[in-house]
Amino acid sequence: MTNLIEIKGVTHAYKTDNGPLPVLDNLNISVPEGDFCAVVGPSGCGKSTLTKLVAGLMRPDQGEVWLHGQRVTSPRSTVGMAFQNPVMLEWRTILQNVLLPLEIVPNKMSKKQKEDRARELLALVGLEGFEDKRPSELSGGMRQRASLCRAIVHKPDVLIMDEPFGALDAFTREDLWQTMHRLREEEPFTGVLITHDLRESVYLADEVIVLSGRPATTQHVENVKLGGRTDLEVIYTPEATEILHRLRHQIEIAQGRAKDEEAA
Amino acid sequence: MKHWKKVATPTIAIVIFLALWEFIVWVNQWPNYKMASPSDLIPAYTKYWNLFLIYGWQTLWRTVVGLLVAVVFGTLIGMIMGFSRTMRDALYPLLVGFNAIPKATVVPVIALILIGHHDLNTVLIAFMISFFPISVAVSIGLSTLEPEYRDILRSLGASKWTIFWKIALPKTLPEFFGALKVAVTLAFIGTNLMEIVEPHGKGLGHLFDSGKINADYPLMFAVLIALAFLGILLYYIVVGLEKIFAGWAERPQG
Repeated sequence: MTNLIEIKGVTHAYKTDNGPLPVLDNLNISVPEGDFCAVVGPSGCGKSTLTKLVAGLMRPDQGEVWLHGQRVTSPRSTVGMAFQNPVMLEWRTILQNVLLPLEIVPNKMSKKQKEDRARELLALVGLEGFEDKRPSELSGGMRQRASLCRAIVHKPDVLIMDEPFGALDAFTREDLWQTMHRLREEEPFTGVLITHDLRESVYLADEVIVLSGRPATTQHVENVKLGGRTDLEVIYTPEATEILHRLRHQIEIAQGRAKDEEAA
Repeated sequence: MKHWKKVATPTIAIVIFLALWEFIVWVNQWPNYKMASPSDLIPAYTKYWNLFLIYGWQTLWRTVVGLLVAVVFGTLIGMIMGFSRTMRDALYPLLVGFNAIPKATVVPVIALILIGHHDLNTVLIAFMISFFPISVAVSIGLSTLEPEYRDILRSLGASKWTIFWKIALPKTLPEFFGALKVAVTLAFIGTNLMEIVEPHGKGLGHLFDSGKINADYPLMFAVLIALAFLGILLYYIVVGLEKIFAGWAERPQG
């Protein structure tokens, strides 16, 4: 199987006044086409840097990032992004916000086709009837739904999400998890989800990568097999609980609070 | 009903103001050389209505041209300072220093340098006094753009120009219009300073000056009210433009 995203030996450091601050150290991640990969780790371990590298917004000091068999050296329109802050353009309607990528990425769609596509996506995430509203009239959860539509409206190969549900309340978050599953059924894409919510990672991802504390390196890879179930109850099955348990333990190791198996 | 109220409320306020003014002058028995009353102004307007039209127009167009130059120049400076930290550090002290000089002291200097060029020196002062708030507003608007906005567009391969046009510019418009409202009144001050100081000048400032020379006090008050009227007119034109271009920034009330 070919890997759509291939991160090979990436090392990166930020320049600060107190000398270089290493954030990523020989990081290796590969995500097969169509898979959904969650990246978890202690806060400040360089997860957001990872999204910028995959999006081509930054180049690593060492190592390579490959997308679709091509080395990433600059931003590419085959990537869609969603952030914790849904950054809606307040002066545009929801529909116009979703249309934004289609105004920038070269395409052969007519105005009508673009609008139909955007409306279709908005309906899919449950925002039918809100197309002509301004972002300020929407709740946080609704804005994040619209931001997801914007991230995939141009049919990117890769969807990168940086803690997209982090600022939402618990129930809204669960709603959006289910929306994500619905979107994946209708719009196949390869996803990278940066999160600090272990339940979220287990519910949404095919594989969960645990990063070590800063500078981050791949500490643990967990394959999530829950039999393709997408109902919320699946989080409370023994299989899921067992995975959560293992991930929790790995996080503690990453935080330096627990010793590795042998020592324990 | 709502529309009617929008016009009626300020109109009633103005009528009350004029009545109060008339009343205070009447109660104190002030002669018109001490304080003219609104009823003294009517003869001044009917007697000099053609001068008010001609001079009023001169004041208005020179103020507007000065403002337009201030908008173009102020936006440019604001863009330079908004996009480059180095330029911001370099230009801020210069701009603040320039703005701190009272323009009343600059007026005679400019009047001397450009003696005889009535329109040019008036426009120049109107511009000089009003561009500063515009520069500051634009530079703050641009430099406080959240990085996520830029990342969203950059990750799609958008050029710097596209990012400016699609995000930075519209996002800065509310700040820009806020500054423009301040700049409008400042530009009027600039125009009138020059018109009053300059010999053989033009505009309402000159009319004010001739009222002073001829001890025609009602005329002087009439000029002040005419200036206030022009100021209100221009201010509401800016408000109208703001509604069109930055109406989205207004949150629904209640």
